[in-house]
Order: sequence, then structure tokens, then C-alpha cells
Amino acid sequence: MSKAYVTKSPWVVHYDGSSCNGCDIEVLACLMPMYDVERFGIINCGNPKHADVFLVTGTVNEQNKDVVKQIYEQMPEPKVVVAIGICACSGGIFKDCYNVLGGVDQVIPVDAYVPGCAARPEAIIDAVVTGLGILQAKRDAMVEAIDAPAAIEAPAAPAAASAPSAVKYPPIFTMAEIKVNAELYKK
Amino acid sequence: MGTILFLIFFPMIIAFILLVVKADKGRDVIVIGAAAIIAIMSIVVAIKYAAGGGEYFSFDGEAVNYVMMVIEAGLCIYIIITACKHKKWLAALFAIIQTPLVMWFELTKGHGIEVESNMYVDRLSIIMILIIGIIGTLIAVYALGYMKDFQHHEDEKGNKDRRPWFFFVMFLFLGAMVGLVTSNNMIWMYFFWEITSLSSFWLIGYTKTEEATNNAFRALIMNLLGGLGFAVGIVILGCVCNTVEMSTMLLIGSVYGDLIAIPAAFFAFAGITKAAQMPFNSWLLGAMVAPTPTSALLHSSTMVKAGVFMIIKLAPVLGMGNFAGLMTMMVGGITFLFASCAAISQVNAKRVLAYSTIANLGLIVACGGVGTAGAVWAGIMLIIFHAITKSLLFLCVGTAEHHIGSRMIEDMDGLFNRMPRLAMCMIIGIAGMFLAPFGMLISKWACMVSFVDSGNILLVGCICFGSAVTAFYWLKWMGKLTACVQGEESIETGVHKTETFVHITLVVLVVLVCLIFPLMSTYMLVPYLEVTFGGLGGGIMASGNMLIMVIMVAVIVLLALFSFGKSRKPQVPIYLAGVNTGDNRTYYGSMQQEVSFSLRNWHMEKYFGEKKMNVIGDVLCVVMLVYGIAYGIATLVFWMGGAM
Amino acid sequence: MIKAIISVIAFLVLAPFVGGLLAGFERKLAAKMQRRVGPPVLQPFYDVGKLFQKENMAPTRFQDFYVILFVVFIIASGVIFFMGGDLLLVIFTLTIGAAFLIIAAYSSNSPYAEEGAERELLSMMAYEPMVLLTVIGFYMFTGSFKVSDIMAGNAMPFLPMIGLFVGWVFILTLKFRKSPFDLSMSHHAHQELVRGMTTEFVGRTMGWVEISHWYENVFLLGFVFLFFANGTAYGWIIGIVVAILTYFFEVFIDNCFARMKWQFAFKSAWIIAIVLGVVNLFVLQLCFMN
Repeated sequence: MSKAYVTKSPWVVHYDGSSCNGCDIEVLACLMPMYDVERFGIINCGNPKHADVFLVTGTVNEQNKDVVKQIYEQMPEPKVVVAIGICACSGGIFKDCYNVLGGVDQVIPVDAYVPGCAARPEAIIDAVVTGLGILQAKRDAMVEAIDAPAAIEAPAAPAAASAPSAVKYPPIFTMAEIKVNAELYKK
Repeated sequence: MGTILFLIFFPMIIAFILLVVKADKGRDVIVIGAAAIIAIMSIVVAIKYAAGGGEYFSFDGEAVNYVMMVIEAGLCIYIIITACKHKKWLAALFAIIQTPLVMWFELTKGHGIEVESNMYVDRLSIIMILIIGIIGTLIAVYALGYMKDFQHHEDEKGNKDRRPWFFFVMFLFLGAMVGLVTSNNMIWMYFFWEITSLSSFWLIGYTKTEEATNNAFRALIMNLLGGLGFAVGIVILGCVCNTVEMSTMLLIGSVYGDLIAIPAAFFAFAGITKAAQMPFNSWLLGAMVAPTPTSALLHSSTMVKAGVFMIIKLAPVLGMGNFAGLMTMMVGGITFLFASCAAISQVNAKRVLAYSTIANLGLIVACGGVGTAGAVWAGIMLIIFHAITKSLLFLCVGTAEHHIGSRMIEDMDGLFNRMPRLAMCMIIGIAGMFLAPFGMLISKWACMVSFVDSGNILLVGCICFGSAVTAFYWLKWMGKLTACVQGEESIETGVHKTETFVHITLVVLVVLVCLIFPLMSTYMLVPYLEVTFGGLGGGIMASGNMLIMVIMVAVIVLLALFSFGKSRKPQVPIYLAGVNTGDNRTYYGSMQQEVSFSLRNWHMEKYFGEKKMNVIGDVLCVVMLVYGIAYGIATLVFWMGGAM
Repeated sequence: MIKAIISVIAFLVLAPFVGGLLAGFERKLAAKMQRRVGPPVLQPFYDVGKLFQKENMAPTRFQDFYVILFVVFIIASGVIFFMGGDLLLVIFTLTIGAAFLIIAAYSSNSPYAEEGAERELLSMMAYEPMVLLTVIGFYMFTGSFKVSDIMAGNAMPFLPMIGLFVGWVFILTLKFRKSPFDLSMSHHAHQELVRGMTTEFVGRTMGWVEISHWYENVFLLGFVFLFFANGTAYGWIIGIVVAILTYFFEVFIDNCFARMKWQFAFKSAWIIAIVLGVVNLFVLQLCFMN
């Protein structure tokens, strides 16, 4: 399998669900000279259509769940989602609020979780870099899906789109309190 | 000779027939038949005379002169009566001065001047005849369908059907234009010149509303002022040089440039008014009140083209570095710059087109003023390309107006989806207006080269800034047309067949002319320039460059055939910050409310406000005109003083 | 003739590498100025490689056609330039290329793309006069519009055309879309216009747009080189060195300035074109045309 360039140039789009801005500040800190994630080719491009990595901070609620979904859908494959901060992972202290759905994985499949309140920049960088491995695997799955005879019979584009989510990876920080909504994940 | 006379009289006869035919069907048949005959005859004329490079006809016309004089007197009386009725004293005044002036000259001094050939045809006239015969008649055919819709609206207002009159004037106009471009006798040319002025007056005032009447009179007054300049030019030419022939005038001009510059300045002045240069541009803008075929006719094949034809004819005299040339080129250059700027602030499609016409005519006038072989090459190319593309654009806007109910550019949102074929025609027309490798840009390029060669840096500055501005206003319009707006139904079914036919024919002509322009250059323009200037002296575009341009057009056409709209990529909604409702036209606002948006272009009123541009342009052009005319009169007085 | 063919092939093959490398060094330099490590020098190539490996999608069926024309004409303008062709033809071809990118942005009917397109139109209007004046300056100085003739000229156009040179360097900021004039599609501006004109270009399409920019950048620097061409080896060396220095000067400016308003971009570019450009032409006319 060829080396996917996507691992060398992950562009991120950052969405603030309903975060207290603590994690957002940490995300921005990663882009600052101190942590300099551009070392890895990471650029904050602000446009889902150009992005490979979706960073979400804060909980998902009734107001923003469609926005999160739409941004996710508008990203071309291969793509990974990183939930940053305990709110994005599970809902955190807002978990039981009347309008909060919980973590980001309630609406879109999440590939890496970064707990913490706020998440530390080192942890965020670690998550994104780990996400690169997932990107590589998803790219491989895409190539396979296109090359596989079965996929040729089926329309190529949906096959490519649905293939990656079938490939499952353990989140880098496995946490007991995070309950993955299995049905949503399969979607 | 016979064919030329046919082309002058046949449209006029048809005009009179159309005046009495009241039924739609009969008119349709006559107009389409006559249009076909005129178009074919103009091609016949082209084939017959192109190879030989043209001919002069003596066509002894003592009787013709008197007939013309009688008609002229009649028209003069008509103008005076109409003007007095509407209290437009200025029009009456100009008519009272000029017609008697010309008649007095003809009966006294002019009577003794021997006229060798009254008419002629050369390659430039052939090009003009082709434009008039093909583009002009296409517009007439288009007008059939358009005027039906137009009358439909008029009926609702309870206005009576005046279409016979409309088509009468239209065909009269075409006949007069052919006469104008084939007259060698300046008095004859003046006769046709006056008929075109009057025809445009009738066409602009067609609807008889107060605005239309006022604008028609404005056009008449300005053109009569030009006619006055024409008349004075004839008198000076006759008295000083003892001739009334264009050919003789140019011949004398090649030896006594400074002398001929005096009448030439007056003729150029006439051309400048007719070509709607600043400060006379307001008549052409006012002409927008008329039905769209009128605008198309005035802008592309008749009227304003008569003005630039005159200046291009005079180019050898103007190009000798005299005051007349300087006046003409600066008026043209300044008009080009400021009219282009003013076009940016316009929201009305027809006004954008009008300002663009004024600007392009400015360029042609400037080319004539520079008067080198290269400049005239550019000027003639501009005339050809401009006639085709501008008529196409006007006719497209006319159709759009009837179907979307607006002539505002900002209302053309999603025209690409609502009227795909029309939008494509418009896009091609716009591309033809400013984009390399399509026509106009080729000529603009040649203009630039010849302006630099003329050594007039101010003119170079005008064209550099003007072209930048031109690209801005065309591209933003083109962008509006290309935008794909989802969820719009096609409403194109109601378009008249004649309208579609004319659109498609013109599109084919635009592309065809872009592909064969090197041939036109080799077989029509270069021989003409060699005869007129006695050699080219460089300045014509290198054939390698022409070839590259043609290849580019071919590449675009081929790519369009193979890949336009054929992308197989999955179509996805546009990015709207994650709140696109899915139709690309609405988003979820606060409280999940659906909010729709639409996009608008920049008009930069603060920088390029119409009024500001017109005031600056008018002042500068008036200064140049006063300089030119005053210098001419002063020289004349000086010469006469010397003679005494 | 053979020389022309070789340089065209060299341009077609090498320009993307040179352009990509310049972009890589540019990012490295920017990082150094901010005391960062920065991405690898080859990063622009990784980015484009990545874009080509992404899923394809487009907002309309028509966008691709315009983008193809953009790519074709941008490359064509460079080809004509390195072939030694007519400078005016080069400029006009470049203009069509730019026009098609704008049309491609418009065609999506996306507010962000349209805002970028509108600003790009404005920058075009701002830089176009200076570009044309520069070309005319070359013509007045050397007597020819052909690049090959200008290259073979025996006097360096730099000093007599110094006003035009400064003006050209000024509008290069607009052409490279660098701060303070990165109005239409900078990725630093994502808070206000997402990615401007390129917002709706996905994957492969975006990759081609990037590659065309590399071509365009190399060819624009070729223009800088022309100011120093005098037909000798030493003119070549100075030209190449100054061209590269100019590029990094633009990067330096980019990193030292905030984005300005479009009003400033427009006014300043026109004022510079009038003051430096037109006046320089007058001087050229006085000294060289008679």
C-alpha cells in the first residue's frame, strides 16, 4: 500500500461546539510558535472542504448537532475526527444538562479522544499525530474499495465514502465513562 | 454599381411597404424575406468588389442633387415644426442654420465644383455593408418577435399599435447607412447623415412617452449640432479646396495636411457627436428608453458606426500630427477611460452596455485620431467585433428583460439555470467583449501598440487604466451569469423562435470571426490599408500572434464541447458555515429559522460614480474640442488673411 | 527555435518544482521569522500530493471546466513567455487565466467564494494598469514586445525603468496574494472569508489550482528577471539573484504586515501606477524614443 500524503499534510478545521473556550485556547496554542504544529504540515484551514482532521471542542447539543454533522459531511474522505476536552469526549460536567446530547460521538464517528479540562496542547498534538495513522488506514481502505472488484460494480463514490467508517480503531485514550453510541457509530 | 443602388433603395422600398402592412403575419414574411435578400446582396457586393479592391462610380447626379435638396428642405421644415411643437428651440435653431447653409453652398459655390465620382465602394465600405446587411437585418428579424411582446405590454396600457412605423424607420435606417458608407460626394454623405440622425430620433421617441420624447430630442439636438459641424466642414472644404469629394480631400490631405486638417476637424467633430463621445454621450444613454432592437441597431450596425466610419475615413489626414488628430485621439482616449469607469457603477444592464459602447467607440475614435496604418487596422477590427458582440448582448438583454421582467444585472441571479441557452449566449457575448482570445481584445492590443508608437503617453495611460476597469465590470456581470443557483426551473420555452435564431446566428458569428480574423486581416484590411496609406509601415499584429490567438479560441471551443458541464464528480452542497439547509440558498439562522441569502456585486459608487465620471470626462473632452475647433478657425483666418 | 523549445520544456517540467520549492522555503522563512521550526521544505509537494489523494466532489457540474481553462491558460502564459513570445500576448493570456479562476469561484454561488472573487476582481483592476505600463516600458526601451528581443538587448533596462521596477515589485504583492494584500484567498483570512475564491475547490481541483500558482509565480519572477537581462552572463546572474531576492522580499513583507482594506490596495496600486509608471514612461519617451 502506497504511503498516503495525507499523513504528511493534515489540514485541520476547528469547531467550537459549546466549549467554555478553555480547550479552544489550547488548540490555538498548538498553532502558536511554542508548539508549532506546522512542523507536521498541520494548517488550520478553517474550511471543511479542504480539511482532513476535524477538531471539535465542547459538547454537542440540540442547537449544534446539525452543524457538526454538516461540517463532517462536507469534509472529503479520508478524514478523522478528534474530540478535544472532556466535554467533547463525553459531555463532561454538562452531560446531564437538559439540552446536551453528550460527546461528539453522539452525532458523528470519533477517531480520537483527548480528555482533560482543558486538554493539554501536548495531548492534542499527540491525538492529531495518532490520527495520522488512522488517516493512512482510511486512505488504504479507500484505495482498496476502489480497486476491489465488488466495489467496481457498485457506484464507486458511495463505496469509497462508506468504506472508511467500516474500519474501526480504538480511541487513543480509552475511557470507561465514554459510552459509544453503537448505532450511530455504524452509520 | 447596380447592386449598391439596390442595397440603398431596396430597404427603403421595403420600408414603405412595411408602413402599410398592418397584419403580423404579412410583416413577418416581408421582414424575413427582405432581410434574407439584403444579407445575400451585401455578400454579393462583397464578393464582387473585394477582389478588385473597390471602384469609384461617377453616377452623374445633377437631378439627384436636386431631389436630395428638396428632401432635405422637407426634412428641415419637418424638424422645425416638430421642434417648435415641443418647444425644443435648440433643435429648430440648428436646423434653421445648417440646411440653408448647405443649400446656399450647393446653389452658389458648390454648383461650380466639378464632381468626378459621387459614389464609390472600397474594402472599408464593403466591411460596413456586410455589417449593415447582416447584423442590421438580423436585428430587424429579432425585432419581429420582440415587438410582439412589446406591443402586448403596450396593449395593456391601451397604446395603439405603431409597429408599422417602427419597421419603416428601421429599414429606412439600413438603406441610409448603405448610402452613407458609399457616398464619395460629401454633400450626399451629409444627406444620408441627416436621414440617420432623424431615423434615430424617430426610433428613440417611438413610445411617445414624455421621457422618450425628451431623450429623442436630446439625440436630435446633439446630432444636429454634429450635422452643423458637417455642413461647416463642407463649406470650408468647398471654398478652400474647391472640392466636395472625400477621395480628393484625402488626396490633397496627403500633400497639404495642415490645410485639410481644418475641414477634417469639423468632420471629425461631426463624427464625435454621432459616435456619442463625451460630452455628447448622454444622447446614447437616453436612447435606452427605446425598445431594445433600437438600442441594438443604434449601437452595433448603424448610427454610432456612421460616426466612427467618418473618423476612420479621415484617419490618413488626422494621422499627420496636426491639431485635428490630437483633438480626435484625446477625445477618444478620455472617453474610453471615463466611460469605462462609469460602467462599473451601473446596475442596469442596458446602461452598462451603453457605456461600454461609448468606451469602445472612444477607442475607435482614438485609433482614427492616431491615424497610422496599425491604428486604423485596430479601429476597423474593433468596428467589426463590436458590431457583432454588442448586437448579441443587446438582443440577449432584451429577451431576458421580457422573461425575467427586469433589465437589472442583479436580477439575473440564476439566469444560468432559469434560461440556460440565453445565459450561454450572453456569456459568449461578454467573453467576446473583453476576454482574450476573443475579438475585442485583439483590437485593443493593436490599439495599445499603435498608441505607444504614436508617442502619446497620456493616451497610453488612458488605455492601460481603461482596460483594467473594463475587465472589472464585464467579469462581475459574467460571474453573475455563470453562478449556478439551485432549484430554479427553466423558463426558456416562451422565447420566440426568431429571437433564438438570431441569438444563435450571432454567437456563431462571434466565434467564427474570432477564428477567421487573420484571414479578414490578410484579404480585407491589409489591402485596404496598403491602398490608403501607401504601405503599412509595420504596426500590424504579427501573424504568429494571430495564430496563437486562433489556437486559443479553438482550445476553448473544443474544451467546452468536451467538458462543459460534464464533470462526473458527486455534487455536494456549498459551505455555509455548517448551516446550509441543503438547497444552497437558505441557511439556518438563530432559533433554527431559515434565512435566505442572495449575492450582489460591487458597484463602487463612491469611486466610479456616474456623475463624477461624466463631469470629469465632459470637461476634459470639451477642452480638447474647443482647442481643436478654435485652432482650426484660427488657422483658417490666418490662411485667409494670408490670401488677402 | 531549438532554444525556444528547450526553454519551454524546461519551464513545463521545472517550474512546478521551482515554484513548489520556493513556496517551501517561504514557509520555512516565515517560521524562522516567528522563531519556529516550520514544516519541511518539501511540504508544498506533500500538500498537493495529499489533495490529489482526496475524495472528489464539486458544488456544480460546471466548475471543473472553468478551473481547467484557468490551469491551461496560466501555463500557456508561462509557455509563451519562456518561448520568447510577445509580452502583451503573455499578459492577456494571464488575464484570461485569472478571469477563469474568478468565474470558477462565481459558478458555485457560494458567498465566501463570491466574496473572494469580488476582491480578486478588485485586485485585478488594481494591478492591471501597472502590468500593462511595465510591458509598454519594455517596448519603449528595447523597441520590441518580444521577450527574446528584450533578453538579447545590450543594455540593462533596470535603471532607466527603475520606477516601473518598483511599481512591479509593489503589485507583485497583489499578484502573489501576500499580506498586506492577501484579500481574495489567503488561508490567514479564514475568519472573514473561509478560503475566499478557493472555498469550493475540493481535492484534485484545489491541487491543480496550487500547481498553477507555482507556474504563475515562476513566470512572474521571470518578469523581474527581464529587468536585468542584457544578453550577458552577468545580466543572467544578477537577474536570477534579484528575482529570488524579490520573492523573499515579498515573503518578508507578508510576515511584517497585517491585511489592509481593499480600499487601500486599490488606491495605492493606482497611485503608484500613475506616479511611478506613467512618469517613468514619460522619461523613457524623452530619453529613448527620439
